[in-house]
Amino acid sequence: MTALPRTDPPILPLRLQGVSFAAGGQTLLDGITLDITPGRRLIVLGANGAGKSLFLRLCHGLIEPSAGHIRWASGEARARAQAMVFQRPVLLRRSVMANLEYPLALMGLPRAQRRDTVARTLDRFGLAALAERPARLLSGGEQQRLALARAWAMAPQVLFLDEPCAALDPSATRIIEAMISDFAAEGITIVMTTHDLGQARRLAQDVAFLHRGRLIEHRPAADFFAGPEAPEARAFLAGDLIW
Amino acid sequence: MDGPFAIAFALIIGGDAALWQIIGLSLRVTLSAVVIACLLGLPLGAVLALVRFPGRGAVIVLFNALMGLPPVVAGLVVYLLLSRSGPLGGLALLFTPSAMILAQTLLILPIVVSLTRSVTEDLWAEYREQLRSLGANRWQAVPTLLWDGRVSLLTGVLAGFGRASAEVGAVLIVGGNIAGHTRTMTTAITLETSRGNLGLAVALGIILMALTLALNAAAWGAGQWARGRLG
Repeated sequence: MTALPRTDPPILPLRLQGVSFAAGGQTLLDGITLDITPGRRLIVLGANGAGKSLFLRLCHGLIEPSAGHIRWASGEARARAQAMVFQRPVLLRRSVMANLEYPLALMGLPRAQRRDTVARTLDRFGLAALAERPARLLSGGEQQRLALARAWAMAPQVLFLDEPCAALDPSATRIIEAMISDFAAEGITIVMTTHDLGQARRLAQDVAFLHRGRLIEHRPAADFFAGPEAPEARAFLAGDLIW
Repeated sequence: MDGPFAIAFALIIGGDAALWQIIGLSLRVTLSAVVIACLLGLPLGAVLALVRFPGRGAVIVLFNALMGLPPVVAGLVVYLLLSRSGPLGGLALLFTPSAMILAQTLLILPIVVSLTRSVTEDLWAEYREQLRSLGANRWQAVPTLLWDGRVSLLTGVLAGFGRASAEVGAVLIVGGNIAGHTRTMTTAITLETSRGNLGLAVALGIILMALTLALNAAAWGAGQWARGRLG
């Protein structure tokens, strides 16, 4: 495994204290307090509209909380050594290689180092044969693979994934899950939302369960799946409709 | 006596020096104006799409309205600027190709700005979160969006070229239609037709049409190719 050198100071744990988010007079996330600790695989569960995506976007720094604090251990306002993979990744209208190089150029890496990282990334994820292909013409599975590779090339300490397999078929899903496990084995902290309970069981070390914008449970996955304390979480696992 | 079409073909095939001089000047003026309008208009349009500031709406409406600016009015404005008593009169640019480039830039700029704004605004809606996630700020997003919108933007640039190469009013007023110096295809057609010298007018008309056709064909081909190639 050719993990990229990570020289940045540690950015984790990420501390959320009483974080709320409101839009249009509605409180969508309410008083979330939680630490994202390094080296763990945290799966965020909850029904549609529970606030899972918002939670990830707040952590990643795409939106600002309307109340509460989000603090990185490195003291940065928005940590550099993080990346996010979206359900439908936006790939630039350029080649696979150019897509991998783009964030590295933004980071200010010199050209030689960019080339080297791109070559290693292509090699590491078996994308070398696709290097010159326009990214937008890849299949859905290949596009998501490229999005994960692009995130990995940024040498993140924490990777946020928002339903990365929701639009993929089972074989592509298996490939993406294997990639996520490999990332975690390299020491990258994983924070991921999913609505697929099987996937959650396969990948989770910790589970955060959101219900109507509130954090109901945050526990090791084994405990959570053995028997959640909150009735909402029990109902969710049982597949009941909860409102 | 031969008809105008026969004379026209004789001029084109014979490589008439005066004819080629006129074509050369027209292309030089219009292409220079297109390049200048793009250098100013592409970044300006993208910034207008991405940055919110007071009066932004008014600026957008102004540029949209200016797309319909009559060429003679553009010519008149530049004439007033460059005439001896005007604010830029000291530059002695009136009745030179430079004045014509300036007037045509004024005509093309609103087209480039408005189209760029609309193209980059749509792309920004799609790219915004992803670019922010990858570490780009708004200013860094500008070149990214311009490059990723390149196929659509080509259409706008072409529309600008079409407008400039077809207009008479602006170049006539600020250029003066001086033979061998500021006479373009369109001003020459106007003059030669009024003189009854239809052969040269028809020859220039044919060439103007052929140029426009060739350019549009090339742009359409490039667009088709890019769509297949870039997705």
